[in-house]
Order: sequence, then structure tokens, then C-alpha cells
Amino acid sequence: MLKSAIKVWRLIDDRIGASEFIGPLMKHIVPRDARWWYVFGSAALCCFIMQVITGIGLALAYVPSGGQAFESLKYITEEAPLGSVLRGMHFFGASAMVLIAVMHMAQVYLHATYKYPREMNWMSGVVLLLFTLAMGFTGQLLRWDANGIWSAVVGAEQAARAPVVGPLIAHFILGGENIGGATLTRFYVMHVFIFPAFIFAGVGLHMLLIMRHGISEMPKAGQPVKPATYKRDYEARLKKTGVPFWPNAMWRDAVFSLVVVIGIIVCAVVFGPPLLDKPPDPTTLNVNPAPDWYFLFYFAVLSMLPANLETWVILGGPLVVILVLLFLPLLSNKGERAPSRRPWALATVLFVGTSVVVLTIYGAKSPWSPNFAAQPLGEQVTATAGPGATAGARIFFDKGCIYCHEVDRDGGQRGPNLSRVGDRLTAEQLIIRINNGGHNMPAFAGRITRDELATLVVFLQSRRTNAGPPPAATGTVALTAPPPPSANAGRPHDDEPK
Amino acid sequence: MDTKAAVSNVELSVNGSPHSRSEPCEQSELSRRRFFLRVTIAAGSAIGVLVGLPVIGFIFAPLVRPTPSNWRPVGRVDSFAIGQTVKVDFSDPSPLPWSGITARTAAWLRRVGPSEFIAFSINCRHLGCPVRWVDGAKLFMCPCHGGVYYEDGTVAAGPPPEPLARYRVQVKDGQVEIETSPIPLTTFRS
Repeated sequence: MLKSAIKVWRLIDDRIGASEFIGPLMKHIVPRDARWWYVFGSAALCCFIMQVITGIGLALAYVPSGGQAFESLKYITEEAPLGSVLRGMHFFGASAMVLIAVMHMAQVYLHATYKYPREMNWMSGVVLLLFTLAMGFTGQLLRWDANGIWSAVVGAEQAARAPVVGPLIAHFILGGENIGGATLTRFYVMHVFIFPAFIFAGVGLHMLLIMRHGISEMPKAGQPVKPATYKRDYEARLKKTGVPFWPNAMWRDAVFSLVVVIGIIVCAVVFGPPLLDKPPDPTTLNVNPAPDWYFLFYFAVLSMLPANLETWVILGGPLVVILVLLFLPLLSNKGERAPSRRPWALATVLFVGTSVVVLTIYGAKSPWSPNFAAQPLGEQVTATAGPGATAGARIFFDKGCIYCHEVDRDGGQRGPNLSRVGDRLTAEQLIIRINNGGHNMPAFAGRITRDELATLVVFLQSRRTNAGPPPAATGTVALTAPPPPSANAGRPHDDEPK
Repeated sequence: MDTKAAVSNVELSVNGSPHSRSEPCEQSELSRRRFFLRVTIAAGSAIGVLVGLPVIGFIFAPLVRPTPSNWRPVGRVDSFAIGQTVKVDFSDPSPLPWSGITARTAAWLRRVGPSEFIAFSINCRHLGCPVRWVDGAKLFMCPCHGGVYYEDGTVAAGPPPEPLARYRVQVKDGQVEIETSPIPLTTFRS
């Protein structure tokens, strides 16, 4: 039985030439020291294959229609057998793919593997990373909940900043001039057909180049890349000490990929897929659109830019980063590869890595946004300061002050923390500040009555290190002449008492 | 392998005798090849154009076709109190049958006089997120990057570079009507 099966396979193999094609590819010689540092690329590919498989599974039940996608996702998540796990795997698979692709890139950069003759390996890798991120963005959008539709709008608005063709691109992204039935199918086609096709092609090219130039050796200090002699030396060294990829090196890739896949499945089962936001109803305005974690750093960047730089950064920032990454090998394709001889490379990775982590944390907290979830201040905050303070605390909530200002750990972080504002500002200064705004605070003159203002100031004055009644002399000085309403004044002016 | 050698090899396999071929014949074989090459390129390009044009046209036609604007009733005049800012919902200019709830859109409508209304777009001018009206503070606030607008739509704080966009509003037969329009895009300004 077994013998005849082998015979049949030999016949098929002879006719199609499988072993002849694949055998040499699998057994190509790799450096002996290519050990655990080299497992990231194959793990990223493994994630991609997993994304394709789980994606096909999801596509069997997902309805790419503006009106029904959300319902079909709810069905997948809540009713379909294993649907929740499948969605979880697709989500954590995407996260793993982004993370591992970035780790792969950092490793290749640190080891300067992008130098001669592997410049194109690096460039094709950069393009693959960009498509991976594009898949992340479009995939997040395909959840087609409230966050999904606003992600589409935010994407279109950024494109609209481009000179001349901006609005055209924006309308192309939206599939029209408004969010609607055509918007989702645009992103569906990009996510399911176009981008994966480019990733397949890119992976093919990337692999072809790996075969062409071979796996790089571990960098050694004092062994610089010399384009004139590199290939000859590399091949000579490989002949002496190299080992076949299969099975000597491949097992490490397989083991690491297995660990990654187990990690993804455990996360999918334990944490489940990302919760669906509210339905994609553009008339529901109580939403807090935010990107998935891998774009939180950019979310943070966009919120911190000065207005006059913004268009330039939105347009030029990604472009410059992409160009620098893409053409990095052309800046320097020879010389030392060892990280110990390239301190600036090490510093760059540390700096960029730290910045992205800090910005991601900042983006997750998004302290620049009003905290609409803030609740009225509790009794424990105001009880010690008398009845006037309690009424003032209510106004502090009603007028929305609490959305931007924190008092005793409640409230937003956009503006200064006011837990001890009574120590810093007199009643007079508070009144001027509230009426006129400034420093990114709206002017409240015209939107708060004199009595409300007086009560609010009593509350704010009670926010002191040693809680007690505010100094009586300063409480009512400026209330007799409130400044005129400045609703039409445009941007507030800077007049905060220093 | 250079062209000449290639040619003679082919002739060898076809005719069996490379030496019977003279110089002018080789040249004619060359020009035949050049001709075939051109035919292949021309045929390939023609296929590309024939297949590509309808697809490109299909994809881009909606961009050049102007979207109709429609007046949508949003409620009776007397259902809005003077000085109040409320959210009104209406439908997009040309919804597709499968759009479902995504065809809906909203505006912030304020009655400023007996028959005078202002309708603000809900889209923040920074990056398009939906602004919400905070009635106590009489401000529009954006949840994304902290843009804030006064009740007349001018920027009060945060990154928005322009005031809130407005819809055209009319009162017809006791009904308040809003004219549908595209999502306001903040475009490039040098």
C-alpha cells in the first residue's frame, strides 16, 4: 500500500517537478550562526497566512453592505459557532503581524542587513510593512460600527488636505461626497482584494530576493561590507561553514511561529475580539472615535500639532517617513554592520521605539480630548467646603468645566488640574479667566450668569491645600461688571495672569 | 547569447542547415521578429486599454457626476424653541438602497428668530469627527482631538483651522428644511 503510494507520488513528482523546484529552495545554504535573531520574517509570513485563512472564514458570513455589515458582525460574534474566536484570531493576528513586522525591521536595521547586496530586500520589506498597516486601517474600518464610519471620515479628511487633488481623493475614499452605501464596499475591496494581492506579490519578491542574495550572516565588528568583494567572500564562507536551511535552520522558524500562533489563539479565547461600538448611524453623535492601538501614536501626533503646521505634517510627515525608510539603503550600503560600530543606529532604534511607545500610551489616554464620561463631583469632594461649594460644584459640571479640568481625580485633563486652584488664583483672577478664556480655554462670558459665576468661584476658591472658606474680601469684587459676551470674538486671547 | 547566434540556432533547428542561409535572409528574420514583438506589445496594450477603460470609468465616474442637493424637511417651525440648539436627522442626497442607517446624517439646528434658523454641520473642521453640543456650556465639543466651537460655530479652542460649516436652511409651508450637502472638507491652504 505504502509502496504503491510512494510510486504514485514519484510519478507525479517526476511529471510536475515539485522536488526539483522546491528541494533546492528548501535546502539552500544559510550561515551557521543564523539562529533565533532570524525568526521574525517567517513569523510575520505565518501571521499573514493565518490572516488570509481566518479572513476567508469571516468573509463567509460578513455582509459587505453599509446597512447590514454591523448586523452580520454581531451575528459572527454572538451567534455563529466559534465566530467570536475567529474574529479574535483575526484581530490579534493583525496585531501580531504589525508587531512582528516592526520587530523584523528593527532587527534588520540594527544588523544593517539592508546593506549591499540586499538593498531591495529592505525596500520590498518597507512596502510590505506599509501594506500591512493599510490592512490594519481598512480592517478596523470593516468592523463598520460607529468607530468604523468615523475612521472613514477622518481618513478622507486627511486625504483632502492634499493640494488640488485632495477633495477628489477624499470623495474617492468615501465613494461619494458623504458616508453611505458605497463607502464600505470601497474599503472591503481594498482590504480583501487589492492590498492582499500586493502583499502576496511583495512576499513573493521578498522571498525571491532572499534566495538570490542568501541569508545574511550575523554582523561582526571589523568585518565591513565591501561591495567589490562581498559576494565572493560570502559565498566562500558559506561553502565552508553554511548549513542547509531545511532542516538545520527551519525548525527555529517553525517553533517561533508556533509560539506566536498559540499566543494569538490564547489571546483570542481569553480576551475575545474587540467589542463592537454603537451601530454605524451617522446621527449618533455621542461617540469617541479612536484608532486601533497601532495608530494611537499618530492619533497623539495629530492632536499635538500647532494649527499652522498641521497640513504640512499630515501631508509631508508620512511621505518623509516612507521615503527615508524606503531609500535608507541608498544612503549607506557599505561599511560596518555590527551594532557596536553603529551607535547612531542603536540610538535611532531606541529613540524611535521610545517615542512610539510614549505616544501610544499618550494616544490611549488622549488627555487632549474632553472627558465626556465625567460624572458630577461627589459629596466627599465638596462636603468639607460648605453649601456654597456644593452648588458651585454642580455648576462646574453643568457648564462642562469638568470635561477639561480635573478636581480630585475626577474630570478631564485637557486644561490645568484645579484641585488646588484656590492656592494659585484669587477670585478676581478666576473671574477674569472664566469670562475671557485664553490658553485654549473658551471664553465663558455670555454663557454663564453673574450668580452662577459667583457660585462657581466660591467652589473653585474652596479648592485649597488646607480646605476652608475662601478669603471673604475677594469674593465679589469683579462680579458687578462682567465683560461683554465674546461669542463672536473668534479665538480666545492669551491673558492668563502669570 | 547574442541575437545573431540566437537566429542561427533557430534556423538550425528549423532548417537543419545554418550555412544555406545568407546575410539578407538573416536580416529579414530579424525584422520579422521585430514585427512580431511589436504585434505582441500592440495586442497586449490594446487588451489593457479595452479592459481598463470601462473599469476605470466605472470607478471614477461617480466622482465627476455632481451629487444632487435636496431640501429635506426636519420638523415644523414651532417645534423648535428660539435660542435652542438641537440635533436634527435627515437623509443623504442620494442614498443607495443598501445604505441602511448609514444614509442618515444629522445637523445642529438653532432657531435664532421667529423664522430664522442656523444649521451647523456635525463634522469638526479638524478631521471630521462628530461634534456634540454641550448645552450647559453653550459650546460644541469634538471628542477626537479636543476641538471646541462657540455657539455661532467660531473656533473656541483646539486644533480646528476653520469655523463649523453651515447648511442652507429655509422655512417652507411651516416646515424647516435643510439643503443636503457634502461632508465639509478642510482643504489645502498655502
